[in-house]
Amino acid sequence: MSEAEIKHYSINFGPQHPAAHGVLRLVLEMDGEVVDRADPHIGLLHRGTEKLIEYKTYAQAVPYFDRLDYVCPMNQEHAFARAAEKLLGIEAPPRAQYIRVLYDEIGRVLNHILNTTTFAMDVGAITPVLYGFEEREHLLAFYERVSGSRFHAAYYRVGGVAADLPAGLAEDIMAWTERFPKVLDDIETLLDENRIFKMRTVDIGIVSEEQALAWGFTGPNLRASGVPWDLRKAQPYAAYDQMEFDIPVGKNGDCYDRYMVRIEEIKQSLAIMRQAIEKMPTGPVRVDDHKITPPSRAEMKRSMESLIHHFKLFTEGFHVPEGETYTAIETPKGEFAVYLVADGTNRPYRCHIRAPAFPHLQGIDFMSKGHMLADLVANIGSIDIVFGEIDR
Amino acid sequence: MTQPLPELGNAIAAALPGDVLSTQVSKGELVAIARPESIARVLAFLRDDARCQFRQLVDLCGVDFPERAKRFEVVYNLLSLKLNQRVRVKLAVGEDEPVPSVVDVFPCAAWYEREAWDLYGIPFAGNPDLRRLLTDYGFDGHPLRKDFPLTGLVEVRYDDEQKRVVYEPVKLIQDFRNFDFLSPWEGMLHGDEKAKTSQ
Repeated sequence: MSEAEIKHYSINFGPQHPAAHGVLRLVLEMDGEVVDRADPHIGLLHRGTEKLIEYKTYAQAVPYFDRLDYVCPMNQEHAFARAAEKLLGIEAPPRAQYIRVLYDEIGRVLNHILNTTTFAMDVGAITPVLYGFEEREHLLAFYERVSGSRFHAAYYRVGGVAADLPAGLAEDIMAWTERFPKVLDDIETLLDENRIFKMRTVDIGIVSEEQALAWGFTGPNLRASGVPWDLRKAQPYAAYDQMEFDIPVGKNGDCYDRYMVRIEEIKQSLAIMRQAIEKMPTGPVRVDDHKITPPSRAEMKRSMESLIHHFKLFTEGFHVPEGETYTAIETPKGEFAVYLVADGTNRPYRCHIRAPAFPHLQGIDFMSKGHMLADLVANIGSIDIVFGEIDR
Repeated sequence: MTQPLPELGNAIAAALPGDVLSTQVSKGELVAIARPESIARVLAFLRDDARCQFRQLVDLCGVDFPERAKRFEVVYNLLSLKLNQRVRVKLAVGEDEPVPSVVDVFPCAAWYEREAWDLYGIPFAGNPDLRRLLTDYGFDGHPLRKDFPLTGLVEVRYDDEQKRVVYEPVKLIQDFRNFDFLSPWEGMLHGDEKAKTSQ
């Protein structure tokens, strides 16, 4: 019998697949067990966020950002708040900046716990995710105590944050940062030198520095390829210039490096959280301009002007002068930016959202070419994708 | 040593006469207006020139200005890790005018161009795979255009008799409401045009 010609065949991966991290539909062209081409079909979670924002006031746009990357909601509000503040020419007061740093880092830990542990689950380890999610609950409780809601916080506002930290919260966060390293150690003991975990991740999905730059990689995925680039250091925003922390950098750019970079970032985030609490100044948490931020309830009871301000602000909102800005911040997944075009009215004319995971997912094709199907799953897990922000 | 932005802008404009129409710095951000035909050359220069080294294309998006003769703006945001600076390159195109693709310069542009095609209907000549990206299979129209209704054109429901999901034209129970907020409020940036016109 002559050698049989094996034809390439294509298979559907997802959109309902536990390792697809959401609603990813991958059309794979396979050569036996080897991936020849991976064609992601995205948009299954497309909600038209950018279009909706064009029809909402600036304040009403903030909650949409919680719903993009729902793993670290507040970090994205930060980008929008900063973009609008830049166009308005205002700066949030120092205490608000420190609160934002604190909650950005909580968001970073939230995100990295979820990603590293579910990544471990994709390649066969169940226990880390159980350890990790318990800690995520504690962090989400901190979200809830400050904003009233575990995920959809809408806590960062244009001009500051919605409210000051309630009494005792800073102490509880501090106590958690002391307690958590023990849990992180447990997770690391299970994974770092685990033979199976290393077999599944080391030298899988290698991304060179050249590739990472050309394909628009940012955040931990770029750093894992050996590029020491972090917007918190390079272009400090909020109170990051007051914080001392290191930027972990990988060597090989493989799945294992991406995992290790994230674990190290959790540790750095804990240090930043402690510094933010220790150095947090007292003072107002919103700019004192009631054309932009609402007056206090007590003032409204006494002053007619405050009542009018309140009414106008929550019906009409504030007007933002004409202009445009591309404002980027370092979210846990990478560079998250808002390209905001204002036309002088109370609504954004255009609000483009630059989601870091969008180019990362685009890179799955070149990362997975020539790898086995099982390695593709490791690649998807290691680049940290969330469809809320990819599909927008 | 990073160059101040205005000088960098002038250097770019001087190096590419005819390709870059103008450069300016607004709100601390460098903006260059490029001719659509030469966008690939401009981005390649920005990537490779020793004074620029904008080696990352971080973002590409469209903007719609229906009242302009050249309706669409395509916006490229570049990042230089070396200089720690950003530049925004913009170009204006009319409806159905193709923009040369920059996939050969920055491979990551492929999806961004698909997105701009999908949402605005800006064709990118030379993109090898210009399919829709974010909208539904078989979607009609370009949803982020200003003349596309917010509510969309079709709605879906599960039809129990046909045992499948069916697409139907959108039927709104209540008319779509779009409030005019541009009312007079003294001290606001918008002035009180309405108060003047009513007098």
